Amino acid sequence: MTLEKKETLAGTDSPGRLLKLPKGDSRVVWTLLALLLILLVDWLISPNFFEVRMVNDRLVGSLINILDNSAPYAVLAVGMTLVIAVKGIDLSVGAVMAISAATAVVLIRNYEAGATEFYYQPGFVILITLLIGALCGLWNGILVAFLDLQPIIATLILMVAGRGVAQLITGGQSPTFTNETLAFVGRGVVGGVPFPIFIAMAVLIGVMLLVRRTALGLLIESVGVNDRASYYAGIQARVIKLFIYMLSGVCAAVAGMIVAGEVKSADPHTAGLFSELDAILAVVIGGTSLAGGRFYLGLSVVGVLIIQSLLAGLYVSTLHPTTNLVVKAVVVLAVLLLQSPEFRHFVAQPFRRTS
Amino acid sequence: MRSRFIPLLMTLLVFAVMYLFAYSQFSSFGSMRVIGNLLRDNAYLGIAAIGMTFVIISGGIDLSVGSVIAFTGVFCALMIGRNGWDPVLTFVVMLTIGTLFGATMGYIIHHFKIPAFIVTLSGLFLARGMAYVMSTDSIRIDNPFYEQISDLVYIFPDRGRFTFAAAVFLLTLIMGIFLAHFTRFGRNVYALGGNADAALLLGVPVGRTTITVYALNSFLAVLAGIVLSLSKQSGDSTIAVGLELDVIAAVVIGGTLLTGGVGYVIGTFIAVMTLGTIQTYLTLDGSLTPWWIKIVIGVLLFAFVGLQKLLSSRQGLLGVKQRGAANQPSPAQST
Repeated sequence: MTLEKKETLAGTDSPGRLLKLPKGDSRVVWTLLALLLILLVDWLISPNFFEVRMVNDRLVGSLINILDNSAPYAVLAVGMTLVIAVKGIDLSVGAVMAISAATAVVLIRNYEAGATEFYYQPGFVILITLLIGALCGLWNGILVAFLDLQPIIATLILMVAGRGVAQLITGGQSPTFTNETLAFVGRGVVGGVPFPIFIAMAVLIGVMLLVRRTALGLLIESVGVNDRASYYAGIQARVIKLFIYMLSGVCAAVAGMIVAGEVKSADPHTAGLFSELDAILAVVIGGTSLAGGRFYLGLSVVGVLIIQSLLAGLYVSTLHPTTNLVVKAVVVLAVLLLQSPEFRHFVAQPFRRTS
Repeated sequence: MRSRFIPLLMTLLVFAVMYLFAYSQFSSFGSMRVIGNLLRDNAYLGIAAIGMTFVIISGGIDLSVGSVIAFTGVFCALMIGRNGWDPVLTFVVMLTIGTLFGATMGYIIHHFKIPAFIVTLSGLFLARGMAYVMSTDSIRIDNPFYEQISDLVYIFPDRGRFTFAAAVFLLTLIMGIFLAHFTRFGRNVYALGGNADAALLLGVPVGRTTITVYALNSFLAVLAGIVLSLSKQSGDSTIAVGLELDVIAAVVIGGTLLTGGVGYVIGTFIAVMTLGTIQTYLTLDGSLTPWWIKIVIGVLLFAFVGLQKLLSSRQGLLGVKQRGAANQPSPAQST
């Protein structure tokens, strides 16, 4: 038993050595390799997969679709990465998406009905929606950071109740709208590229600058590794957690508006359904540990791209669409197993004995 | 009185208050008809929740139950309804598949050190996906066995019906209580959830217990699916979407700590009946819109975790914060 343990430890220590890769880079390499592999399979399935054409001043092609579909999830994943980095989890993002989509659409319908109050102006509607997202995040943050509830259960409360709140806002309906400003968030085109892609990039770059160009990223990792030690070292651990959950709420509001704009309506039942699971999955595929600490914003977005490339490949393949979830489950599990040092050790063991 | 019973008593109190309030509004709550229907309609939720109680006491989580229930429904409908398999044989095959499915998830969680949340999330996708692959239509089951089962009912004097589903539910409850409190496996589950490292050092077979817990949960999820299949007499791959959240909510409202190590199967049962009472009340009332139930469940969840927090912090050493208490033995347990 002790011998086994030693071997496992050795395996944990050197996940890179197995493939003779520099130690620090192995995570980046593994994840990018997975993305390339899936794109390669996509290309084998459909030889014109990488083709991008210009139709009516709009770029058209599978790659553009992947990026466009990834946008809301990428925004969610950026918020989720930081939440997971502080040893948390945010199950409520899907419900917050539904709440913010409902808020935005109900408000904009007042504007369309001729309401002239300044807060019904589209710009203000977007601002109010972002504030609602921040408010939802504030609620989660207070529960987690100040009432010390477990993140999974604290955010489960809003996840369960949130869809009820969204239905309350819309009165149980799925209201539609025609306002172009709000629709632009989800379906606008700038220079041939869908606008959501710009939003996602702006959020990613903005948050990256925020956490990597200031000390915030270091503080987040410190809180994630050990919040009490961080507190004794003079870091306001609770305030940082609160801020992170609010940021995640704002990200969910952005994603909610993208989704609402895309379909020009808000469905409180299905808007953002299961998106929290996809976001968490993307973060984990991107190599951020659910145990908190080190985080990889860029790789989380790569994780989103992996999931979306997989789905895009399934759409162009001859496989029946009903197999989507099965393939997704298998590929995701394969990626996760590859990342597990214990699994790599388990696989490598028989080969080691022979040498 | 032992303080570890307080969450359980609170659960019971909430149920009593809810039920009495419902009774004061609608006198039918006093009849065996409503009680029989409560047991029947919530049987599948309750059976799944009893399995989840074990998983959560062991310190894990399982997101796959809703999908497993849907898979079971479709499998039974396809095999019995289309292929003409014998129902009992189908149930045995399905229960075996489910147990192996759960055991595999437990194996991956324990041996490859991947978080339960993520492994069972893959399980959610896989089981739901397999259900879609088998059939996207709703399949009817016309089988004499199903008719016999639905005729198998004890009728109370006030025409209240004690159904087969209710019997399976109560039987599962008794088995669950026995398993949790009177077997070595049960003690191992509590030990594992209380402190996994200490359990390992004390010689608790951590790996075997983890695998058994997830296998048991999937087994009960399949049983819940069979009960649902028997009452619906059809199989549909889109049922029970997000059911795992209701199940987890019921377990938490039942007084089980999500940190593991503390909880009671009977609490889960009372919580399921509480949720059922709210549902029945809202249906009978009619003026309250259906989305209120979600908000009420959210409020109940908040109240219960708040209460548990209050209890555990009051018993904790004064001034010592309970933050990041995941690996600390809960104070309630050390009594």
